[in-house]
Amino acid sequence: MITAERKPLDEILALVGDKKKVLVAGCDTCVAICLTGGEKEAEILASELRIKAQQEATGAEVEHTAAIRQCEWEYLDMIADKVGEADIVVSMACGIGIQSMAEKFSPKIVVPAVNTNMLGMPQEHAVWLERCGACGDCVIGETAGICPVVRCSKSLMNGPCGGSHDGLCEVTGPEKEEIECAWALIWERLKEQGREDLMIKNRAPKKWNLSSSGGPRKMVREEAKPV
Amino acid sequence: MTTATEYKAGTNLEKIFSEGKFAVTGECGPPKSADGSVIAGKADMLKGFVDAVNITDNQTAVVRIASLPSAVTVQQHGLEAIMQMTCRDRNRLAMQADLLGAHTLGVHNVLCLTGDHMSFGNHPEAKGVHDLDAINLIQMLKDMRDEKKFQCGDEMDVAPKFYIGCAENPFGDPFEFRSIRLKKKILAGADFMQTQCIFNVPKFKKWMEEVRAEGLHQEIKIMAGLTPLKGVGGARYMKNFVPGMDVPDDIVERMAGVEKGPASHAEGKKLAVEMIKELAEVEGVAGVHIMAVEWEEAVPEIVEAAGLMPRPTVA
Repeated sequence: MITAERKPLDEILALVGDKKKVLVAGCDTCVAICLTGGEKEAEILASELRIKAQQEATGAEVEHTAAIRQCEWEYLDMIADKVGEADIVVSMACGIGIQSMAEKFSPKIVVPAVNTNMLGMPQEHAVWLERCGACGDCVIGETAGICPVVRCSKSLMNGPCGGSHDGLCEVTGPEKEEIECAWALIWERLKEQGREDLMIKNRAPKKWNLSSSGGPRKMVREEAKPV
Repeated sequence: MTTATEYKAGTNLEKIFSEGKFAVTGECGPPKSADGSVIAGKADMLKGFVDAVNITDNQTAVVRIASLPSAVTVQQHGLEAIMQMTCRDRNRLAMQADLLGAHTLGVHNVLCLTGDHMSFGNHPEAKGVHDLDAINLIQMLKDMRDEKKFQCGDEMDVAPKFYIGCAENPFGDPFEFRSIRLKKKILAGADFMQTQCIFNVPKFKKWMEEVRAEGLHQEIKIMAGLTPLKGVGGARYMKNFVPGMDVPDDIVERMAGVEKGPASHAEGKKLAVEMIKELAEVEGVAGVHIMAVEWEEAVPEIVEAAGLMPRPTVA
Protein backbone atom coordinates (compact mmCIF):
# COMPACT_ATOMS: atom_id res chain seq x y z
CA MET A 1 0.00 0.00 0.00
CA ILE A 2 0.97 3.65 -0.37
CA THR A 3 2.01 5.18 2.93
CA ALA A 4 2.32 8.79 4.00
CA GLU A 5 3.13 10.78 7.10
CA ARG A 6 1.56 14.05 8.14
CA LYS A 7 3.61 17.20 7.77
CA PRO A 8 4.29 19.29 10.88
CA LEU A 9 1.49 21.75 11.65
CA ASP A 10 3.73 24.79 11.14
CA GLU A 11 4.55 23.67 7.62
CA ILE A 12 0.86 23.20 6.82
CA LEU A 13 0.06 26.64 8.28
CA ALA A 14 2.75 28.20 6.12
CA LEU A 15 1.25 26.55 3.03
CA VAL A 16 -2.26 27.79 3.93
CA GLY A 17 -1.02 31.34 4.53
CA ASP A 18 -3.74 33.96 4.78
CA LYS A 19 -6.47 32.06 2.90
CA LYS A 20 -9.86 32.48 4.59
CA LYS A 21 -11.86 29.46 3.44
CA VAL A 22 -9.91 26.31 4.02
CA LEU A 23 -11.04 22.78 3.13
CA VAL A 24 -9.14 19.86 4.59
CA ALA A 25 -9.73 16.86 2.31
CA GLY A 26 -8.98 13.36 3.51
CA CYS A 27 -8.80 10.22 1.40
CA ASP A 28 -10.37 7.03 2.70
CA THR A 29 -8.12 4.53 0.96
CA CYS A 30 -4.35 3.97 1.50
CA VAL A 31 -3.67 6.98 3.72
CA ALA A 32 -6.68 6.09 5.88
CA ILE A 33 -5.33 2.57 6.41
CA CYS A 34 -1.95 3.95 7.48
CA LEU A 35 -3.78 6.26 9.92
CA THR A 36 -2.50 9.45 8.32
CA GLY A 37 -5.05 11.03 6.03
CA GLY A 38 -8.51 9.45 6.27
CA GLU A 39 -11.69 11.32 7.21
CA LYS A 40 -10.86 11.03 10.92
CA GLU A 41 -7.41 12.53 10.49
CA ALA A 42 -8.89 15.25 8.23
CA GLU A 43 -11.29 16.16 11.01
CA ILE A 44 -8.44 16.34 13.53
CA LEU A 45 -6.32 18.56 11.28
CA ALA A 46 -9.32 20.82 10.59
CA SER A 47 -9.77 21.22 14.35
CA GLU A 48 -6.12 22.09 14.82
CA LEU A 49 -6.32 24.70 12.07
CA ARG A 50 -9.51 26.17 13.55
CA ILE A 51 -7.95 26.45 17.00
CA LYS A 52 -4.96 28.22 15.50
CA ALA A 53 -7.25 30.55 13.53
CA GLN A 54 -9.12 31.42 16.73
CA GLN A 55 -5.93 31.91 18.75
CA GLU A 56 -4.53 34.28 16.18
CA ALA A 57 -7.90 35.80 15.16
CA THR A 58 -7.21 35.27 11.48
CA GLY A 59 -10.88 34.92 10.64
CA ALA A 60 -10.16 31.75 8.65
CA GLU A 61 -12.98 29.21 8.34
CA VAL A 62 -11.95 25.57 8.18
CA GLU A 63 -14.13 22.70 6.94
CA HIS A 64 -13.25 19.08 6.32
CA THR A 65 -14.37 16.35 3.98
CA ALA A 66 -13.08 13.08 2.56
CA ALA A 67 -13.22 11.32 -0.78
CA ILE A 68 -13.40 7.56 -1.10
CA ARG A 69 -10.35 7.83 -3.37
CA GLN A 70 -8.84 11.20 -4.29
CA CYS A 71 -6.92 9.58 -7.14
CA GLU A 72 -10.10 8.91 -9.15
CA TRP A 73 -11.99 11.83 -10.63
CA GLU A 74 -15.40 10.17 -10.31
CA TYR A 75 -14.99 10.23 -6.53
CA LEU A 76 -13.85 13.84 -6.65
CA ASP A 77 -17.18 14.79 -8.24
CA MET A 78 -18.77 13.86 -4.94
CA ILE A 79 -16.86 16.58 -3.07
CA ALA A 80 -16.85 19.15 -5.89
CA ASP A 81 -19.31 21.52 -4.16
CA LYS A 82 -17.21 21.80 -1.02
CA VAL A 83 -14.06 22.30 -3.06
CA GLY A 84 -15.80 25.01 -5.07
CA GLU A 85 -16.53 27.04 -1.91
CA ALA A 86 -12.96 26.88 -0.60
CA ASP A 87 -10.07 29.30 -1.26
CA ILE A 88 -7.60 26.52 -0.67
CA VAL A 89 -7.72 22.73 -0.33
CA VAL A 90 -5.38 21.02 2.12
CA SER A 91 -5.21 17.47 0.83
CA MET A 92 -4.28 14.58 3.06
CA ALA A 93 -4.17 12.07 0.21
CA CYS A 94 -0.99 10.55 -1.19
CA GLY A 95 0.87 12.46 -3.90
CA ILE A 96 -1.35 10.90 -6.54
CA GLY A 97 -4.57 12.00 -4.85
CA ILE A 98 -3.27 15.52 -4.25
CA GLN A 99 -2.32 15.91 -7.89
CA SER A 100 -5.62 14.46 -9.10
CA MET A 101 -7.37 17.06 -7.00
CA ALA A 102 -5.15 19.88 -8.29
CA GLU A 103 -5.71 18.81 -11.88
CA LYS A 104 -9.44 18.18 -11.61
CA PHE A 105 -10.14 21.49 -9.88
CA SER A 106 -7.42 23.62 -11.53
CA PRO A 107 -6.71 26.48 -10.89
CA LYS A 108 -7.90 25.86 -7.32
CA ILE A 109 -4.91 25.93 -4.96
CA VAL A 110 -4.35 22.45 -3.52
CA VAL A 111 -1.54 21.90 -1.01
CA PRO A 112 -0.30 18.73 0.67
CA ALA A 113 -0.69 18.06 4.38
CA VAL A 114 1.30 14.83 4.15
CA ASN A 115 4.62 13.53 2.82
CA THR A 116 4.03 10.43 0.72
CA ASN A 117 6.93 8.14 1.55
CA MET A 118 6.72 4.60 0.26
CA LEU A 119 5.03 1.50 -1.00
CA GLY A 120 5.01 -0.29 2.31
CA MET A 121 3.97 -3.50 4.00
CA PRO A 122 2.31 -3.36 7.41
CA GLN A 123 4.66 -5.29 9.68
CA GLU A 124 2.63 -4.92 12.84
CA HIS A 125 0.02 -2.45 14.00
CA ALA A 126 1.21 1.10 13.18
CA VAL A 127 4.50 -0.07 11.59
CA TRP A 128 5.14 -0.13 7.85
CA LEU A 129 8.22 -1.30 5.96
CA GLU A 130 9.20 -0.26 2.44
CA ARG A 131 8.88 -3.19 0.08
CA CYS A 132 8.70 -1.90 -3.50
CA GLY A 133 10.28 0.94 -5.46
CA ALA A 134 7.98 0.55 -8.49
CA CYS A 135 11.16 0.31 -10.59
CA GLY A 136 9.35 -1.16 -13.58
CA ASP A 137 11.78 -4.10 -13.95
CA CYS A 138 11.16 -6.55 -11.13
CA VAL A 139 14.09 -8.81 -10.19
CA ILE A 140 12.75 -10.56 -7.11
CA GLY A 141 12.15 -13.80 -8.99
CA GLU A 142 15.89 -14.36 -8.65
CA THR A 143 16.34 -12.78 -5.24
CA ALA A 144 14.11 -15.00 -3.14
CA GLY A 145 11.19 -12.58 -3.21
CA ILE A 146 13.24 -9.83 -1.53
CA CYS A 147 13.69 -6.52 -3.34
CA PRO A 148 17.32 -5.35 -3.49
CA VAL A 149 16.32 -2.08 -5.16
CA VAL A 150 14.63 -0.60 -2.10
CA ARG A 151 15.74 -2.94 0.66
CA CYS A 152 19.48 -2.65 -0.05
CA SER A 153 20.70 0.84 0.92
CA LYS A 154 22.86 0.93 -2.22
CA SER A 155 20.37 -0.84 -4.54
CA LEU A 156 23.04 -3.42 -5.34
CA MET A 157 22.27 -5.98 -8.01
CA ASN A 158 25.19 -8.11 -6.81
CA GLY A 159 25.27 -7.80 -3.06
CA PRO A 160 25.96 -7.93 -0.23
CA CYS A 161 28.71 -5.33 -0.05
CA GLY A 162 31.44 -5.48 2.59
CA GLY A 163 29.32 -3.52 5.04
CA SER A 164 26.99 -6.40 5.88
CA HIS A 165 27.50 -7.62 9.45
CA ASP A 166 25.44 -10.09 11.49
CA GLY A 167 22.61 -9.76 8.99
CA LEU A 168 22.52 -6.00 9.35
CA CYS A 169 23.26 -3.17 6.92
CA GLU A 170 26.10 -0.74 7.66
CA VAL A 171 23.55 2.03 7.23
CA THR A 172 21.11 2.86 10.01
CA GLY A 173 17.77 4.63 9.80
CA PRO A 174 17.09 8.27 10.70
CA GLU A 175 16.62 7.35 14.38
CA LYS A 176 19.77 5.16 14.30
CA GLU A 177 17.53 2.11 14.11
CA GLU A 178 19.10 -0.97 12.56
CA ILE A 179 18.22 -2.06 9.03
CA GLU A 180 18.32 -5.66 7.88
CA CYS A 181 20.82 -6.38 5.11
CA ALA A 182 18.60 -7.31 2.15
CA TRP A 183 21.34 -9.40 0.55
CA ALA A 184 21.97 -11.35 3.76
CA LEU A 185 18.24 -12.13 3.78
CA ILE A 186 18.40 -13.08 0.09
CA TRP A 187 21.38 -15.37 0.71
CA GLU A 188 19.67 -17.11 3.63
CA ARG A 189 16.36 -17.62 1.85
CA LEU A 190 18.00 -18.79 -1.38
CA LYS A 191 19.89 -21.36 0.68
CA GLU A 192 16.61 -22.51 2.26
CA GLN A 193 15.20 -22.82 -1.24
CA GLY A 194 18.25 -24.75 -2.46
CA ARG A 195 18.86 -21.97 -5.00
CA GLU A 196 22.08 -20.40 -3.63
CA ASP A 197 23.63 -20.84 -7.09
CA LEU A 198 21.71 -17.70 -8.03
CA MET A 199 24.14 -15.72 -5.87
CA ILE A 200 27.00 -16.33 -8.29
CA LYS A 201 25.02 -14.93 -11.21
CA ASN A 202 26.37 -11.62 -12.48
CA ARG A 203 23.30 -9.42 -12.69
CA ALA A 204 23.72 -6.78 -15.37
CA PRO A 205 23.25 -3.08 -14.66
CA LYS A 206 19.63 -2.30 -14.09
CA LYS A 207 17.49 -0.60 -16.74
CA TRP A 208 16.76 2.55 -14.78
CA ASN A 209 15.00 4.06 -17.80
CA LEU A 210 12.07 1.83 -16.88
CA SER A 211 12.07 3.56 -13.49
CA SER A 212 11.80 7.28 -12.83
CA SER A 213 15.01 7.98 -14.83
CA GLY A 214 13.00 7.38 -18.01
CA GLY A 215 10.77 10.38 -17.31
CA PRO A 216 7.16 10.25 -16.12
CA ARG A 217 5.73 6.84 -16.90
CA LYS A 218 2.46 6.07 -18.59
CA MET A 219 0.68 2.74 -18.76
CA VAL A 220 -1.90 1.99 -21.43
CA ARG A 221 -3.84 -1.25 -21.64
CA GLU A 222 -5.17 -1.06 -25.17
CA GLU A 223 -7.23 -4.22 -24.84
CA ALA A 224 -9.02 -2.82 -21.82
CA LYS A 225 -9.95 0.51 -23.42
CA PRO A 226 -13.64 1.06 -24.19
CA VAL A 227 -14.39 0.44 -27.88
CA MET B 1 64.71 -14.17 -28.93
CA THR B 2 62.09 -13.63 -26.30
CA THR B 3 58.47 -12.84 -26.94
CA ALA B 4 57.34 -9.59 -25.41
CA THR B 5 54.82 -10.12 -22.63
CA GLU B 6 51.32 -9.08 -23.57
CA TYR B 7 50.16 -6.79 -20.82
CA LYS B 8 46.59 -5.77 -20.24
CA ALA B 9 47.61 -2.25 -19.35
CA GLY B 10 51.37 -2.42 -18.82
CA THR B 11 51.38 -0.66 -15.48
CA ASN B 12 54.21 -1.01 -12.99
CA LEU B 13 51.86 -2.93 -10.70
CA GLU B 14 50.82 -5.36 -13.42
CA LYS B 15 54.44 -5.96 -14.41
CA ILE B 16 55.52 -6.62 -10.83
CA PHE B 17 52.79 -9.21 -10.43
CA SER B 18 53.53 -10.65 -13.84
CA GLU B 19 57.16 -11.18 -12.81
CA GLY B 20 55.98 -12.98 -9.70
CA LYS B 21 57.30 -10.32 -7.35
CA PHE B 22 55.64 -9.36 -4.07
CA ALA B 23 53.87 -6.03 -4.57
CA VAL B 24 53.47 -3.16 -2.12
CA THR B 25 50.84 -0.48 -2.56
CA GLY B 26 49.97 2.50 -0.43
CA GLU B 27 47.09 4.86 -0.12
CA CYS B 28 46.70 8.59 -0.50
CA GLY B 29 43.56 10.44 0.48
CA PRO B 30 43.19 13.76 -1.35
CA PRO B 31 42.55 16.81 0.85
CA LYS B 32 39.22 18.40 1.72
CA SER B 33 40.29 21.65 0.09
CA ALA B 34 41.67 22.92 -3.19
CA ASP B 35 45.26 22.51 -1.98
CA GLY B 36 46.78 20.14 -4.52
CA SER B 37 50.20 20.42 -2.88
CA VAL B 38 48.96 18.01 -0.18
CA ILE B 39 48.70 15.23 -2.75
CA ALA B 40 52.10 16.07 -4.18
CA GLY B 41 53.57 15.99 -0.66
CA LYS B 42 52.12 12.55 0.04
CA ALA B 43 53.40 11.29 -3.32
CA ASP B 44 56.91 12.49 -2.50
CA MET B 45 56.71 10.73 0.86
CA LEU B 46 55.70 7.37 -0.63
CA LYS B 47 57.69 7.40 -3.86
CA GLY B 48 60.18 4.56 -4.02
CA PHE B 49 58.62 2.75 -1.07
CA VAL B 50 55.44 1.51 -2.77
CA ASP B 51 54.86 0.24 -6.30
CA ALA B 52 51.67 2.19 -6.76
CA VAL B 53 49.35 4.24 -4.61
CA ASN B 54 45.57 4.15 -4.31
CA ILE B 55 43.90 7.49 -4.76
CA THR B 56 40.64 7.44 -2.87
CA ASP B 57 37.39 8.68 -4.38
CA ASN B 58 35.56 10.87 -1.85
CA GLN B 59 36.34 8.29 0.80
CA THR B 60 33.86 7.90 3.66
CA ALA B 61 31.52 9.96 1.46
CA VAL B 62 33.35 13.19 2.27
CA VAL B 63 34.07 15.64 -0.55
CA ARG B 64 37.72 15.89 -1.51
CA ILE B 65 39.77 16.60 -4.63
CA ALA B 66 38.54 14.06 -7.18
CA SER B 67 40.50 10.85 -7.70
CA LEU B 68 41.39 11.38 -11.37
CA PRO B 69 43.16 14.76 -11.04
CA SER B 70 44.79 13.53 -7.84
CA ALA B 71 46.00 10.40 -9.65
CA VAL B 72 47.48 12.58 -12.36
CA THR B 73 49.22 14.70 -9.72
CA VAL B 74 50.93 11.73 -8.05
CA GLN B 75 52.00 10.37 -11.43
CA GLN B 76 53.51 13.74 -12.28
CA HIS B 77 55.54 13.24 -9.10
CA GLY B 78 56.83 9.91 -10.32
CA LEU B 79 54.55 7.57 -8.39
CA GLU B 80 52.11 5.26 -10.14
CA ALA B 81 48.46 5.75 -9.23
CA ILE B 82 45.61 3.33 -8.67
CA MET B 83 42.54 5.44 -9.27
CA GLN B 84 39.65 4.40 -7.06
CA MET B 85 36.21 4.74 -8.55
CA THR B 86 33.02 4.32 -6.57
CA CYS B 87 29.48 3.81 -7.81
CA ARG B 88 28.03 6.27 -5.31
CA ASP B 89 28.60 9.59 -7.03
CA ARG B 90 28.44 8.99 -10.76
CA ASN B 91 26.25 7.21 -13.25
CA ARG B 92 27.54 5.02 -16.08
CA LEU B 93 27.92 7.95 -18.45
CA ALA B 94 30.10 9.95 -16.06
CA MET B 95 32.13 6.89 -15.09
CA GLN B 96 32.92 5.90 -18.65
CA ALA B 97 33.79 9.50 -19.52
CA ASP B 98 36.20 9.63 -16.57
CA LEU B 99 37.65 6.25 -17.53
CA LEU B 100 38.37 7.42 -21.07
CA GLY B 101 39.94 10.52 -19.57
CA ALA B 102 42.02 8.43 -17.16
CA HIS B 103 43.47 6.45 -20.05
CA THR B 104 44.32 9.55 -22.04
CA LEU B 105 46.06 11.04 -18.98
CA GLY B 106 48.08 7.87 -18.40
CA VAL B 107 46.16 6.51 -15.42
CA HIS B 108 45.72 2.80 -16.07
CA ASN B 109 45.21 1.15 -12.67
CA VAL B 110 41.58 1.45 -11.59
CA LEU B 111 40.08 0.04 -8.40
CA CYS B 112 36.32 -0.56 -8.63
CA LEU B 113 34.28 -0.01 -5.48
CA THR B 114 30.66 0.32 -4.43
CA GLY B 115 31.53 3.23 -2.13
CA ASP B 116 30.72 4.13 1.44
CA HIS B 117 27.12 5.18 1.91
CA MET B 118 26.29 8.91 1.85
CA SER B 119 25.00 8.72 5.43
CA PHE B 120 28.58 8.33 6.72
CA GLY B 121 29.86 11.48 5.08
CA ASN B 122 29.45 15.23 5.16
CA HIS B 123 26.60 15.40 2.66
CA PRO B 124 24.10 12.91 4.13
CA GLU B 125 21.25 14.56 2.20
CA ALA B 126 22.86 13.74 -1.16
CA LYS B 127 21.18 11.49 -3.68
CA GLY B 128 23.13 8.24 -3.97
CA VAL B 129 23.60 7.34 -7.60
CA HIS B 130 24.30 3.58 -7.46
CA ASP B 131 23.46 3.25 -11.14
CA LEU B 132 25.91 0.33 -11.21
CA ASP B 133 27.38 -1.77 -8.45
CA ALA B 134 31.07 -2.69 -8.11
CA ILE B 135 30.64 -5.90 -10.09
CA ASN B 136 28.84 -4.07 -12.90
CA LEU B 137 31.68 -1.53 -12.88
CA ILE B 138 34.37 -4.21 -13.16
CA GLN B 139 32.51 -5.77 -16.08
CA MET B 140 32.16 -2.37 -17.75
CA LEU B 141 35.94 -1.75 -17.55
CA LYS B 142 36.66 -5.19 -18.93
CA ASP B 143 34.24 -4.73 -21.82
CA MET B 144 35.73 -1.32 -22.61
CA ARG B 145 39.26 -2.75 -22.55
CA ASP B 146 38.79 -6.16 -24.15
CA GLU B 147 35.72 -5.71 -26.35
CA LYS B 148 36.18 -2.02 -27.20
CA LYS B 149 32.60 -1.58 -26.12
CA PHE B 150 30.79 0.93 -24.01
CA GLN B 151 28.36 -0.42 -21.44
CA CYS B 152 25.49 0.13 -23.88
CA GLY B 153 27.23 -2.07 -26.45
CA ASP B 154 28.37 0.73 -28.79
CA GLU B 155 31.88 0.23 -30.13
CA MET B 156 34.74 2.69 -29.75
CA ASP B 157 37.74 3.26 -32.00
CA VAL B 158 40.43 3.25 -29.35
CA ALA B 159 39.96 1.10 -26.26
CA PRO B 160 41.30 2.31 -22.91
CA LYS B 161 43.81 0.04 -21.19
CA PHE B 162 43.14 -0.79 -17.57
CA TYR B 163 44.60 -3.05 -14.94
CA ILE B 164 41.38 -3.74 -13.09
CA GLY B 165 41.29 -3.82 -9.32
CA CYS B 166 38.61 -4.58 -6.80
CA ALA B 167 38.28 -4.79 -3.05
CA GLU B 168 36.87 -7.49 -0.85
CA ASN B 169 36.12 -7.63 2.82
CA PRO B 170 36.96 -11.04 4.32
CA PHE B 171 35.32 -9.81 7.54
CA GLY B 172 31.95 -8.95 6.07
CA ASP B 173 29.02 -11.29 6.48
CA PRO B 174 27.79 -13.76 5.41
CA PHE B 175 31.33 -15.14 5.78
CA GLU B 176 30.62 -18.19 3.60
CA PHE B 177 29.54 -15.89 0.76
CA ARG B 178 32.70 -13.76 0.78
CA SER B 179 34.80 -16.03 -1.42
CA ILE B 180 31.85 -16.43 -3.81
CA ARG B 181 31.72 -12.66 -4.14
CA LEU B 182 35.42 -12.61 -4.96
CA LYS B 183 34.76 -15.23 -7.61
CA LYS B 184 32.01 -13.02 -9.06
CA LYS B 185 34.51 -10.19 -9.31
CA ILE B 186 37.05 -12.43 -11.01
CA LEU B 187 34.44 -13.61 -13.51
CA ALA B 188 33.47 -9.98 -14.15
CA GLY B 189 37.09 -9.17 -15.01
CA ALA B 190 39.08 -8.13 -11.93
CA ASP B 191 42.86 -8.60 -12.23
CA PHE B 192 43.87 -7.74 -8.66
CA MET B 193 42.14 -7.40 -5.33
CA GLN B 194 42.96 -5.52 -2.16
CA THR B 195 41.32 -6.58 1.08
CA GLN B 196 39.75 -4.44 3.74
CA CYS B 197 42.19 -3.71 6.61
CA ILE B 198 43.17 -6.94 8.29
CA PHE B 199 43.47 -7.00 12.07
CA ASN B 200 41.98 -10.43 12.63
CA VAL B 201 44.73 -12.49 10.98
CA PRO B 202 43.32 -15.93 11.95
CA LYS B 203 40.00 -15.06 10.30
CA PHE B 204 41.81 -13.81 7.20
CA LYS B 205 43.74 -17.08 7.02
CA LYS B 206 40.50 -19.04 7.31
CA TRP B 207 39.08 -16.98 4.44
CA MET B 208 42.18 -17.61 2.36
CA GLU B 209 41.65 -21.34 2.87
CA GLU B 210 38.26 -20.97 1.17
CA VAL B 211 39.82 -18.83 -1.55
CA ARG B 212 42.51 -21.45 -2.23
CA ALA B 213 39.98 -24.30 -2.11
CA GLU B 214 38.26 -22.60 -5.06
CA GLY B 215 41.61 -21.90 -6.74
CA LEU B 216 40.78 -18.19 -6.80
CA HIS B 217 44.29 -17.14 -5.77
CA GLN B 218 45.48 -18.43 -9.14
CA GLU B 219 42.99 -16.28 -11.02
CA ILE B 220 43.52 -12.94 -9.28
CA LYS B 221 46.39 -11.20 -7.51
CA ILE B 222 45.44 -10.91 -3.85
CA MET B 223 46.84 -8.06 -1.79
CA ALA B 224 46.41 -8.20 1.97
CA GLY B 225 45.31 -4.81 3.29
CA LEU B 226 46.51 -3.37 6.56
CA THR B 227 46.40 -0.13 8.47
CA PRO B 228 49.17 0.78 10.90
CA LEU B 229 47.69 1.95 14.18
CA LYS B 230 48.90 5.18 15.74
CA GLY B 231 47.36 4.44 19.09
CA VAL B 232 44.57 2.71 20.94
CA GLY B 233 42.09 5.44 19.99
CA GLY B 234 42.27 4.54 16.32
CA ALA B 235 41.93 0.84 17.13
CA ARG B 236 38.82 1.45 19.19
CA TYR B 237 37.36 3.79 16.59
CA MET B 238 37.80 1.24 13.82
CA LYS B 239 36.47 -1.54 16.00
CA ASN B 240 33.32 0.36 16.90
CA PHE B 241 32.56 2.84 14.15
CA VAL B 242 34.01 1.79 10.79
CA PRO B 243 31.66 -0.46 8.81
CA GLY B 244 32.98 -3.93 8.05
CA MET B 245 35.99 -3.77 10.41
CA ASP B 246 37.01 -6.62 12.66
CA VAL B 247 39.53 -5.47 15.28
CA PRO B 248 40.17 -8.23 17.86
CA ASP B 249 40.46 -7.33 21.53
CA ASP B 250 44.09 -8.49 21.78
CA ILE B 251 45.09 -5.80 19.25
CA VAL B 252 43.19 -3.14 21.18
CA GLU B 253 44.79 -4.32 24.44
CA ARG B 254 48.28 -4.33 22.91
CA MET B 255 47.88 -0.73 21.77
CA ALA B 256 46.32 0.23 25.11
CA GLY B 257 49.40 -1.10 26.88
CA VAL B 258 51.69 1.63 25.55
CA GLU B 259 51.72 5.34 26.18
CA LYS B 260 50.05 7.51 23.58
CA GLY B 261 52.61 9.34 21.46
CA PRO B 262 56.01 8.17 20.23
CA ALA B 263 55.67 4.89 22.16
CA SER B 264 52.27 4.01 20.63
CA HIS B 265 53.48 5.10 17.19
CA ALA B 266 56.45 2.77 17.49
CA GLU B 267 54.23 -0.07 18.72
CA GLY B 268 51.80 0.50 15.82
CA LYS B 269 54.60 0.31 13.28
CA LYS B 270 56.04 -2.78 14.98
CA LEU B 271 52.64 -4.46 14.86
CA ALA B 272 52.26 -3.56 11.17
CA VAL B 273 55.66 -5.05 10.35
CA GLU B 274 54.84 -8.25 12.23
CA MET B 275 51.54 -8.51 10.39
CA ILE B 276 53.10 -7.91 6.98
CA LYS B 277 55.62 -10.68 7.62
CA GLU B 278 52.87 -13.05 8.72
CA LEU B 279 50.52 -12.16 5.86
CA ALA B 280 53.26 -12.46 3.24
CA GLU B 281 53.71 -16.09 4.28
CA VAL B 282 50.06 -16.94 3.59
CA GLU B 283 49.81 -18.96 0.39
CA GLY B 284 48.05 -16.95 -2.29
CA VAL B 285 48.96 -13.51 -0.93
CA ALA B 286 50.72 -11.69 -3.76
CA GLY B 287 51.26 -8.36 -2.12
CA VAL B 288 50.41 -6.02 0.69
CA HIS B 289 48.33 -2.85 0.60
CA ILE B 290 49.25 -0.38 3.34
CA MET B 291 46.52 2.10 4.20
CA ALA B 292 48.27 4.55 6.51
CA VAL B 293 45.39 7.00 6.73
CA GLU B 294 46.83 10.48 7.36
CA TRP B 295 50.06 8.78 8.51
CA GLU B 296 51.81 8.32 5.18
CA GLU B 297 55.16 9.21 6.74
CA ALA B 298 55.12 5.87 8.62
CA VAL B 299 55.11 3.84 5.40
CA PRO B 300 58.81 4.04 4.41
CA GLU B 301 59.93 2.81 7.83
CA ILE B 302 57.36 -0.02 7.85
CA VAL B 303 58.25 -1.18 4.33
CA GLU B 304 61.95 -1.07 5.20
CA ALA B 305 61.53 -2.95 8.47
CA ALA B 306 59.36 -5.57 6.78
CA GLY B 307 62.29 -6.35 4.48
CA LEU B 308 60.47 -5.19 1.37
CA MET B 309 63.12 -2.73 0.19
CA PRO B 310 64.35 -2.00 -2.35
CA ARG B 311 61.22 -2.05 -4.45
CA PRO B 312 61.71 -3.92 -7.72
CA THR B 313 62.16 -2.05 -10.97
CA VAL B 314 60.53 -3.50 -14.05
CA ALA B 315 61.13 -2.72 -17.68
